[in-house]
Amino acid sequence: MAQSAEHVLDHLELFRGPEYQQMLAKKKIFENPRDPAEVERIKEWTKTAEYREKNFAREALAVNPAKACQPLGAVFASVGFEGTLPFVHGSQGCVAYYRSHLSRHFKEPSSCVSSSMTEDAAVFGGLNNMTDGLANSYNMYKPKMIAVSTTCMAEVIGDDLNAFIKTSKEKGSVPADFDVPFAHTPAFVGSHVTGYDNALKGILEHFWDGKAGTAPKLERKQNGAINIIGGFDGYTVGNLREIKRILALMGIQHTILADNSEVFDTPTDGEFRMYDGGTTLEDAANAVHAKATISMQQWCTEKTLPFVAEHGQDVVSFNYPVGISATDDFIVALSRISGKEIPEQLARERGRLVDAIADSSAHIHGKKFAIYGDPDLCYGLTAFLLELGAEPTHVLSTNGSKAWHEKMQVLLASSPFGQGCQAYPGRDLWHMRSLLFTEPVDFLIGNTYGKYLERDTGTPLIRIGFPVFDRHHHHRSPLWGYQGGLNVLVKILDKIFDEMDKKTNVLGKTDYSFDIIR
Amino acid sequence: MSLATTQSIAEIRARNKELIEEVLKVYPEKTAKRRAKHLNVHQAGKSDCGVKSNIKSIPGVMTIRGCAYAGSKGVVWGPIKDMVHISHGPVGCGQYSWGSRRNYYVGTTGIDSFVTLQFTSDFQEKDIVFGGDKKLVKILDEIQELFPLNNGITIQSECPIGLIGDDIEAVSRAKSKEYGGKTIVPVRCEGFRGVSQSLGHHIANDAVRDWIFDKPESDGKPTFEPTPYDVAIIGDYNIGGDAWSSRILLEEMGLRVIAQWSGDGSLAELEATPKAKLNILHCYRSMNYISRHMEEKFGIPWCEYNFFGPSKIAESLRKIAGYFDDKIKEGAERVIEKYQPLVNAVIAKYRPRLEGKTVMLYVGGLRPRHVIGAYEDLGMEVIGTGYEFGHNDDYQRTAQHYVKDSTLIYDDVNGYEFEHFVEKLQPDLVGSGIKEKYVFQKMGVPFRQMHSWDYSGPYHGYDGFAIFARDMDMAINSPVWKKTKAPWKEASRAKLLAAE
Repeated sequence: MAQSAEHVLDHLELFRGPEYQQMLAKKKIFENPRDPAEVERIKEWTKTAEYREKNFAREALAVNPAKACQPLGAVFASVGFEGTLPFVHGSQGCVAYYRSHLSRHFKEPSSCVSSSMTEDAAVFGGLNNMTDGLANSYNMYKPKMIAVSTTCMAEVIGDDLNAFIKTSKEKGSVPADFDVPFAHTPAFVGSHVTGYDNALKGILEHFWDGKAGTAPKLERKQNGAINIIGGFDGYTVGNLREIKRILALMGIQHTILADNSEVFDTPTDGEFRMYDGGTTLEDAANAVHAKATISMQQWCTEKTLPFVAEHGQDVVSFNYPVGISATDDFIVALSRISGKEIPEQLARERGRLVDAIADSSAHIHGKKFAIYGDPDLCYGLTAFLLELGAEPTHVLSTNGSKAWHEKMQVLLASSPFGQGCQAYPGRDLWHMRSLLFTEPVDFLIGNTYGKYLERDTGTPLIRIGFPVFDRHHHHRSPLWGYQGGLNVLVKILDKIFDEMDKKTNVLGKTDYSFDIIR
Repeated sequence: MSLATTQSIAEIRARNKELIEEVLKVYPEKTAKRRAKHLNVHQAGKSDCGVKSNIKSIPGVMTIRGCAYAGSKGVVWGPIKDMVHISHGPVGCGQYSWGSRRNYYVGTTGIDSFVTLQFTSDFQEKDIVFGGDKKLVKILDEIQELFPLNNGITIQSECPIGLIGDDIEAVSRAKSKEYGGKTIVPVRCEGFRGVSQSLGHHIANDAVRDWIFDKPESDGKPTFEPTPYDVAIIGDYNIGGDAWSSRILLEEMGLRVIAQWSGDGSLAELEATPKAKLNILHCYRSMNYISRHMEEKFGIPWCEYNFFGPSKIAESLRKIAGYFDDKIKEGAERVIEKYQPLVNAVIAKYRPRLEGKTVMLYVGGLRPRHVIGAYEDLGMEVIGTGYEFGHNDDYQRTAQHYVKDSTLIYDDVNGYEFEHFVEKLQPDLVGSGIKEKYVFQKMGVPFRQMHSWDYSGPYHGYDGFAIFARDMDMAINSPVWKKTKAPWKEASRAKLLAAE
């Protein structure tokens, strides 16, 4: 028996012992296992160009897609407003999933309620669930606002949120003037990125366009402020704080819309804060008066930005600005729109990032990378890699559109380092597996699920994306701005050096290159 | 400090009753009336815990429950390793349940094993409008071509499937015939069915009955010689390797485990189960249905067991042995004796650190009762417990075999109630799930995930008990909990003023 109280072995070691190995070998008899030679043959076949061709010919099946569904994005955006409770109209299991998913990434509580629709609601509609649900959440959780979105169930049966909320208010579920913005977020359209967009637009529409017919539309009186929209982002905590720091340095009056950086980073001090931080409802309304709105992620705001533009504001969007040029563009745009000078401190930060790249570029130059993730993240990281002299080779975005594909190709064509690269919209991680086997790269950048690709193909994984479940606290550091660029650079370099050390540490064989100085 | 040592049972009962009254005050009248039925204080000698269960959750409250899909795909079918499980419908359900239950298995993933892959039909708007059956046909063909060593396929329905009226049964039959009798199982586990994941377990069990047991004989059936000592493990999902640290004990006592359900399970094992002499059932809630069916149809007896903590393990080993001859009975005693030194050492080391500590639980399946014995083996006391999706028979088992007088009972507890109870009772540990974990840690209360053992495990069996004890000690006695209050806030104001 290997187990002992003095040295407790858990799953990492326990099952490697001979007793368990024998037990597992005996179990095989009952599994009716495939012939090991056949398993080996098929395994090798899945690495071939022939398999890749069949794999890419797939029309219906998705295997390991890198996207989630709309309501997750809606919940993510909603908690960015002060005292806001996300309320998902539909069957309840979904909400358990969104809450778990966000908690596993941020290691934070995630609060959200469901209207718990079941079979009877499927037949008769979910109006009663909405009416009772709003009353219950209002009384129990004392929110300042309840932001409603839907699941696929509510969408298939065609529940009308506008009418349901109105009727619920008439029945006294919540006071008539209580803010209940809404967005239809069917899970069979788009992805979590679309849900973010729809929910944010729904909230702005609510405040700006007359609170669902209960108040006059706001009349825009332009001031000098700038609105910032972060988009769906696993690094929202670090990134939004970094943006706020930059805006403060430049002295720009601003509103972060859907600022969820506090609610996903509350202190452990003996108190559970269900609501923390967030864009105040007053600020959300007053954001209509801003001079301009900047979206940090174009494809997270495809509906929101045109809506903002219709109200007379200038709108600018970026694609997850990582690195020097992308941050330059962002800072210059801030300065142009606000009329504020760019402070010397930012120039110094910029210089430090350039310095760091110059110090380290020899190690990155010419290395091949595969990247996958949300469309804007893929774009931002690819742009940075080109700047580092790396060679992005496969860029894959399951929720990337045709427009994303075109924009990616323009980016890749703009640099000699992007010439060998293909962008893949609508593909999944099983496609990526084929790409990595048939056209290998040096490093893979993506979320936690990339660890299966790392295991199968031997491509070292640099974890950047959402979700990251199996590494801690990455979301607390920014990826945006010059300082964020430095963080990304260090993540990439650390992996490169770790790999070099791993390859050179064989005693008496390869350790002549096991250098102290890198 | 243990409540029991400071208060009489009567005092605790009054206190808990008052707590229930307090939380009910916040609800609208209708809701308060409904929730009141789910909250109670256990009274010794009663046949159940006196709460209503398995009733719809109230809209708008933060229920912790999942859905039928979670019960079928997430719990029962998902761990069957050599079958491909399609999450049929939009992308989300499969994505959120991808790899999160830590159902360990041995196999070549993507080639002959598929547990940690996310297969989905990724429904788009046009599939809703025109129906998804044609797409499903194509998906099955693509799976056959790209994953040729799969031993079977299941179709796990998400919400839209039932609503738009797809005929997944017809597709399954037609494609099975086309592929020469391949096992293809349609499962109607749409998330809106029933009140929780519990119905999903039942639906999944029925699918095993209808599409595996009642399927005509296929060539691939196992051909091993039966022995009088063949048993099947039912209702162990091998979280962190639980079923393995259980199986090893059964084999050591002389039994032969011919099937494992469903953690690290295979289609062949499902098919072979009717050959077992006894089905031994860990998670009663999720798999009592199929166990009863096998009893009725094949005459296989089943018995419940509990492998959390040495007291229950020994009791269970003897109970299981009771179904067999003296050889097995002696085997059980031999196993208990063999592990006694480990048990003694674990208790000697950890009990002094945990003695008198109080625990509040809120989990699913069997754990709101089964783990109580393990805590008690370590000198700890469970002062509150409840089921996410338990039925009345679960509360009966809890009342009759596990909880003490005056324990606070909360069925389908929601975030608001649970937070309030914990805040007022200040347990030394809360055991629940990921959605609750960070809430309580923020409050400064140590926490362990009792669905997935966080990143740890196994917790079942003697080897698992050592890990369980270590983990509880690690959670409760972590130095971090002494740091939650800033010293300038913790120090009383009077002291600061005096220093001035």
